[in-house]
Amino acid sequence: MKNNKHTLSVLVENRPGVLTRVAGLFARRGYNIDSLAVGRTEDPAVSRMTIVVEGDDYVIEQVTKQLNKLVEVIDISNITQKEHVERELILIKVKAEPSVRGEIMQIVDIFRARVVDIGKDTLIIEATGDIGKINAIESSMKPFGIIEVVRTGKVAMLRGPKYGSE
Amino acid sequence: MSAKSERVSEVMQLGSIKEKIQESRNAVSGAELVVRALEDLGVDVVFGFPGGAVLPLYDALYHSRKIKHILTRHEQGAAHAADGYARSSGKVGVCIATSGPGATNLVTGIANAYMDSVPIVAITGQVAVNAIGRDSFQEADITGITMPITKHNFLIKDVKEIVPTLKKAFYIASTGRPGPVLIDLPKDITVKEAVYDPQVEVDIPGYRLPVFSGNGAISRVAEAVMQAERPVIYAGGGVLTSGGERELLAFAEKLNIPVTTTLMGKSCFPENHPLSLGMLGMHGTMYANYAVSQCDLLISIGVRFADRVTGDVSTFAEKARIVHIDIDPAEIGKNVAVDFPVIGDAKTVLAHLLELTQEKRNAQWLKTIEEWKTQYPLEYEDNGKLKPQYVVEQISELTGGRAFVTTEVGQHQMWAAQLYKTALPRTFISSGGLGTMGFGLPAAIGVQVANPDAVVIDIAGDGSLLMNIQELATAVQFELPINIALINNRYLGMVRQWQEIFHGGRYSQTDLSCQPDFVKLAESFGVEALRVERKEEVRPALKKAIESKKPVLIDFWVEREENVFPMVPPGGSIKKMLRGLGR
Repeated sequence: MKNNKHTLSVLVENRPGVLTRVAGLFARRGYNIDSLAVGRTEDPAVSRMTIVVEGDDYVIEQVTKQLNKLVEVIDISNITQKEHVERELILIKVKAEPSVRGEIMQIVDIFRARVVDIGKDTLIIEATGDIGKINAIESSMKPFGIIEVVRTGKVAMLRGPKYGSE
Repeated sequence: MSAKSERVSEVMQLGSIKEKIQESRNAVSGAELVVRALEDLGVDVVFGFPGGAVLPLYDALYHSRKIKHILTRHEQGAAHAADGYARSSGKVGVCIATSGPGATNLVTGIANAYMDSVPIVAITGQVAVNAIGRDSFQEADITGITMPITKHNFLIKDVKEIVPTLKKAFYIASTGRPGPVLIDLPKDITVKEAVYDPQVEVDIPGYRLPVFSGNGAISRVAEAVMQAERPVIYAGGGVLTSGGERELLAFAEKLNIPVTTTLMGKSCFPENHPLSLGMLGMHGTMYANYAVSQCDLLISIGVRFADRVTGDVSTFAEKARIVHIDIDPAEIGKNVAVDFPVIGDAKTVLAHLLELTQEKRNAQWLKTIEEWKTQYPLEYEDNGKLKPQYVVEQISELTGGRAFVTTEVGQHQMWAAQLYKTALPRTFISSGGLGTMGFGLPAAIGVQVANPDAVVIDIAGDGSLLMNIQELATAVQFELPINIALINNRYLGMVRQWQEIFHGGRYSQTDLSCQPDFVKLAESFGVEALRVERKEEVRPALKKAIESKKPVLIDFWVEREENVFPMVPPGGSIKKMLRGLGR
């Protein structure tokens, strides 16, 4: 069986400790989380976690079944194969002496990213997009010298009228 | 504002004040809410040990006329007693401990109940809400600690949440695949007041009971059962949990299918029945393991394909198509790939299968199995000395398999599993998944509390028994006539056996020659005790103990280096069992 990345969209009760339960489950059963993004939904009592997990079919099936057993997990949907929009946000602090700023700005334009802070010799760049785009902008900044990267992890939503977890 | 509307608002305020006064008259303390809710949930006994953080709760219990409190001498004993109570009765067992060390002492007992899917509710005291997280005296993050070993747990921070939380806890613990639930109760919450509303409705949006697979899946199983020439039923604890032992018996008899059980499933099928194969797995019978290895259809019911059962998974039931019936979808396909998954509780599914199948004889297959039974019986060398197996056989014969047997963990546990022939469901209470030494004595206490008139025997080893020996005091205080059959070899026998077979006979830290005199020890607790060193003394001693209706310990000095056989070496195939050393 092949190892693939899967995107799980998980609705959970918005309570203290829920994140620990989910993260703890992954740790003790030996599953790897690639990224995990969490925030409340349109219903303040409910949060959505977008979890990217790598594994073969067996692992993904087990992850889903074990998550389902957590009392505070309301619903799980594996949206990998479904039509969906996915986004991640990245902040990159990059070395930017005045001589290279122009070049950096050009790249920022190409990626439709933004400069959100200018320091003496640094810039902070903000970009959103799918994982491919985020990876691309990160690697194109490398030659200038990346000081720090912060990524949110992926969030995703099904296209069309369907609600997230149907 | 006009004078009139002012007056109206005054009257309204007065109304709401009156309501508040009425409410405060009806309001009771959080501790009282716990007790009332427990009473209304049908709890008539709790096992526990008091302490600072649960003082208000114990004050409320002091006044309860409906709830009997059994004071164990260690919190671990309370958890195991609640576990034994639950396993033998099918009801939820309740245990209580104070914060910090009281709560952490429950941990082994909770983990034990979790591994064996036993419904218990543990209530722990906690420091006051505003003291949480400040490393207060006797503070421990017990909800954090028990997260991986509970089905769910709660930390209550509002007195109004007490009753709904207790309702949720009992529901979660006892439904679906049962398991332990812990409620952490800060002390200040137990002295705040609220009105008791027994009708309060609770909603657990993320907790849904597994959806029954439906008739299509069961029809396919029925078809496979009718086609099979060499079927075997592999039955586990799920059969007992669902109360499906009658359906299992009817199904096995109708289609003449032999039945092997796991340690957890033991007692779900009468073991004096011709179709019984006894236990399978590492120390199972050779004929059970041969039957599983040669069968063409393995009907697995309420089991989890544990490593102690399957041995090397790649050769487990390699000739068979596998049916797996379980209430927990996460168990299906977890350890072994299955051909016919069915989600549902064992009793319901078996009842459907009974309707969808016709009688069948399987004569040739049963004949083969009879031959294996004759050729490879459970056996031991009778050299005239006192053998542990002989003691267990005598217990089995004397009680007709109708007593409740609890065990500790180790060699004696396996001899009990092999040679005590259970006749009635829920009568074999043993720590299967976690393998907790020290389980049997407190579990026997719980069993006896749930079944006051039954004969309860803890078949114990000397290493295990010493781990919770303090519970003898509990048995004496509450006049619980449990019997302890101590298989005393002054070794950690199972570990010693592995050292003998796999570690060149180097008995590293397993020689317990320096054990206490268990007879004197028991007597110091007020328990009657006697030592037995010869075969002919076994039966009269057991008879006397059972008839005395008092707690009795019999210290059987058995042959020290006896081994448990047959045996599948760890990780080996269950096709290849060791029948004895060098065999």
